[in-house]
Amino acid sequence: MKSQTIVTLAAAVVLPFAMLAHADDTQKEIERYRQMIADGNPAELLEMRGEELWKQKRGPKNATLETCDLGLGAGKVQGVNAVLPRYFADVDRVMDLESRLVHCENTLQGFSMAELTKNPHSMKAGERQTDHEALVAYIVGQSRGAKVDLPQTHPKELESYLRGEKMFFFKGGPYDFACATCHGVDGQRIRLQDLPNFQKPDNAQRAFTTWPAYRVSQGAMRTMQWRLLDCFRQQRMPELQFLSQASIDLITYMGVKAKGGVMDAPAIKR
Amino acid sequence: MNIKPFRLAHCLLFAASALVLGACATTQTGPTAADNAREVEALARRHPAPYDAKQVSDAAVLQAMRASFKDSPSARLDRLDQTPLQAACTEASRHGKALDPKVREQLQAAALASVKYPADGKYLGDWKRGEAIAQSGRGLQYSDPVGTIAGGNCYACHQVDKKEISFGNIGPTLWHYGKTRGQSEEIVKYTWARIWNSHAFNACANMPRFGDAGILNEAQIKDVMALLLDPASPVNQ
Repeated sequence: MKSQTIVTLAAAVVLPFAMLAHADDTQKEIERYRQMIADGNPAELLEMRGEELWKQKRGPKNATLETCDLGLGAGKVQGVNAVLPRYFADVDRVMDLESRLVHCENTLQGFSMAELTKNPHSMKAGERQTDHEALVAYIVGQSRGAKVDLPQTHPKELESYLRGEKMFFFKGGPYDFACATCHGVDGQRIRLQDLPNFQKPDNAQRAFTTWPAYRVSQGAMRTMQWRLLDCFRQQRMPELQFLSQASIDLITYMGVKAKGGVMDAPAIKR
Repeated sequence: MNIKPFRLAHCLLFAASALVLGACATTQTGPTAADNAREVEALARRHPAPYDAKQVSDAAVLQAMRASFKDSPSARLDRLDQTPLQAACTEASRHGKALDPKVREQLQAAALASVKYPADGKYLGDWKRGEAIAQSGRGLQYSDPVGTIAGGNCYACHQVDKKEISFGNIGPTLWHYGKTRGQSEEIVKYTWARIWNSHAFNACANMPRFGDAGILNEAQIKDVMALLLDPASPVNQ
């Protein structure tokens, strides 16, 4: 029933968009559409499902995730997304939210890494959102209002940022695109989609604080890992692997650039 | 970079402070928080923020990238092997600097030399097919089946036919492209070369090398040419 509600909701907001075809003032119409979709975010249902999963005994070890240390201490969920990615001493590396969540499901609940990383995202239209997406929605939702402040005190945190910076400007593939091609200049759009310029703090903040997000056009909530996977798809690069070093480094780069922004995710977007 | 000898002294020095004592006690196997802070301070002194990415080598970054992407028949890992053009443009953009004039000249000359003009001397195809190519963003994605015929995705970055309001603004408007420029041999050949390899006129341009990189074939480029230059095309109404 829930997914049906979401589909109906999505149709209700997508349809008026299709009718904009002959509007003159494109930018004004985009703004109007944004306001239209701003009330009521279906991701809230997913947050609720995620909270249940978080507290449920699951996996071969029949344990909950409630002792998981997401970066602010065992069991602390509030505000964690505003300080991730960060260095974790127990694994001696930098992890983003999704890497850390999967790590906890592996170590505390006994799920294998293979099953945890096989199908983390719901990819087909109408497919039920995955447990991973639900858990991410819940955790991220608990950071609303928190100020983005990624630690950059450990050398590995700094290295992650520096690698992320180089990756951001790396041009490759048949299109010669880098992240910076579309996200390094003010006021750029692909079709009607505004592109944040990550060299500008306010742009970086707006982008970083509103991912993950419920995508109306896809009728699904998408995580930050998915966001990067899909960016590289459109960039015509090879498939970015889930939880890969490059994904973590780029999230670190964006998070550091977004310092001071106020978390407001999962958000709702086109 | 070797900061370990300082660790003990640091802990003793600040032993009275509960905060630092805690930091020393919890990180016995690695550098303390105070050490890390010192190291970052030192880095920041040498490379004022934003930190100069020279601190991680290009080789280390490439190695991390190679391990992060998946090789598949539709999108091979060799897409991470940069051409000289991609490497030069990456450097320029990362430092926010213009290309060295000599390098620019070389890159542009090489790009112009890469252009293959149509053997039959016919430059304009069918603008209707050209419009479909301009609309299509398909092809070359890891998720596309091998052999998918790619589109040109012109509307992603350009205004083309004014009737289409969903267009990007990374490139200039192409509305009235032929109407304002005419169809002289010079304009026709320039437009062909621009689509084939836009670096011929503007090294490090954002536009993909549609001909040179094999995104569109000759017939498709002719159709896009017609969309831009044919007097009957809606673009020129």
